[in-house]
Amino acid sequence: MMTNSVPAVASSPLSGQLPANTTNPLVLGIETSCDETGIGIVRGNHLLANVISSSMDEHARYGGVVPEVAARAHLEAMQPALEQALAEAGVELSELDAIAVTSGPGLAGALMVGVAAAKALAVATGKPLYAVNHLVGHVGADVLRDDGTEIELPTIALLVSGGHTSLLEVRDLVSDVELLGETIDDAAGEAFDKVARLLGLPYPGGPHIDRVAVGGNPKAIRFPRGLTHAKDVDRHRYDFSFSGLKTSVARWVEREQDAGTDFSIADVAASFREAVVDVLLTKAVAACVDRGVPRLLLGGGVVANARVRELARERCAEAGIELRIPPLSLCTDNGAMIAALGAQLIMASKEPSTLGFSADSTLPVTQIQA
Amino acid sequence: MLLAIDTSAGTSVAIVDAQGVVHAERNSSDTRKHAEVVGDFIHGCIADAGCAVTDLTGVVAGMGPGPFTGLRVGIVAARAFAFGAGVPVLPVVTHDAIALGETEPIVVATDARRKEFYWSTYEGSDAAGLPVRVAGPALAPASELAASVPNFDHFQLRDSEPVLASNLARLAFLLREHNRPFAGEEALYLRSPDITLSAGPKRVTA
Ligand SMILES: [Zn+2]
Repeated sequence: MMTNSVPAVASSPLSGQLPANTTNPLVLGIETSCDETGIGIVRGNHLLANVISSSMDEHARYGGVVPEVAARAHLEAMQPALEQALAEAGVELSELDAIAVTSGPGLAGALMVGVAAAKALAVATGKPLYAVNHLVGHVGADVLRDDGTEIELPTIALLVSGGHTSLLEVRDLVSDVELLGETIDDAAGEAFDKVARLLGLPYPGGPHIDRVAVGGNPKAIRFPRGLTHAKDVDRHRYDFSFSGLKTSVARWVEREQDAGTDFSIADVAASFREAVVDVLLTKAVAACVDRGVPRLLLGGGVVANARVRELARERCAEAGIELRIPPLSLCTDNGAMIAALGAQLIMASKEPSTLGFSADSTLPVTQIQA
Repeated sequence: MLLAIDTSAGTSVAIVDAQGVVHAERNSSDTRKHAEVVGDFIHGCIADAGCAVTDLTGVVAGMGPGPFTGLRVGIVAARAFAFGAGVPVLPVVTHDAIALGETEPIVVATDARRKEFYWSTYEGSDAAGLPVRVAGPALAPASELAASVPNFDHFQLRDSEPVLASNLARLAFLLREHNRPFAGEEALYLRSPDITLSAGPKRVTA
């Protein structure tokens, strides 16, 4: 029956109390904002495990991420991924100093799975819980690179994936992040998926566009660069738009098909890709120059695109900007970056989140911790 | 003692002992705040019951049927808590818990939204006190419930029943005591994911 051995507790006792180890905390991170169930474990700035269970294959036949399919997959992947991450890191649940979880931004139904799992796990283990921002997590991933060079701040960060296209200025990882601009319609990764579809290429579009673009002429067709005209630059200097580009590619392909022209898919793919990458880096470099911040960090799945990395190197070298690209396994959505940001918060003596936070699909980047 | 969690409608969390005594229970009928409240509810129940995590010997998970966005929140919370506490998950069909203790033939009908109901029929309870489900759980349009449920007139309708996690825990104790199988591991969404399958790229020019 009732036991008196446990003292009465307030509604959220896990908050207000820092983890015991604030110098080199062992943190488990849970990420479910899109289609990857990511569980990562770090000790301070050191990566111990990065397990990613992706439902990408289930979305392939639909040509894009289906939110409900992703959320169902998170439910099934959660426990196996937790087990695998602990095994890879060689640590026991009881050894953890804290748990971190993505509370937003992302797909609402998908985020809820990670948030609920993290809360329940935190209560069961008595570990403090840190609800963190997914986008800032992408920047946080950089502290895990094993070459030991520390991220220098402030930095401009360009985060590009199927779910987001954002340009940030990061002055302090745990307290000072500013959103400079973001996409006003499609994410860049989504544009790759949509153009791949109209070229008859499989999902996800990025790697397939990359593949067929080999040997294509990036200057063959001059596709539009969204929000780069003088009239747009006032209001949308650092914002992106890819929906007009996608329509323009579709129109071009239809015209050639209607005319029965034997056009080069390689040229279309290369020219489209060039238009995307050109806009991304023009705006990112402009942000570095305008703000006097000679550092650019890339993050997000689109960084896997070879041309993004290549043009980033060229443009940054020309402008005297230091370029940082975390390892690819840490660029795509993952739990290690969430754990890393959680560890940063702990090392900066930030208190844990209270248990009542919600999954916030539009969490602003200024809210680094929920 | 068992911790029970159900988010098939609102959010319900309870701690119940083997004698069926409810040591703590927290309920919310809000169908949009499952992920927000579930952590405080679990923690609050443990505090209200004055017990420790180590006093809990299993976590009962309401597997539905229920609308998908909310339903899996409780299931993943039950799984994560059980994983963290090192105890088993005990999955039960939520409708069975609603039918617990009924002696008459009943049909349980719960709101599936989109003008549909989830339903199950029961022929009272057996000698062990466990509900005898004869059909369901299944999904039917609200306007065709009577036509969809076999032998509908034979059963008394139980609709708008609140789901109480304490009843899930009592059901789980009975199942365990009488060596009956728990529910399967699958969430009872009873609906395919919403997918707008496209027939291919649409033309942008006329
Ligand atoms: Zn991302």
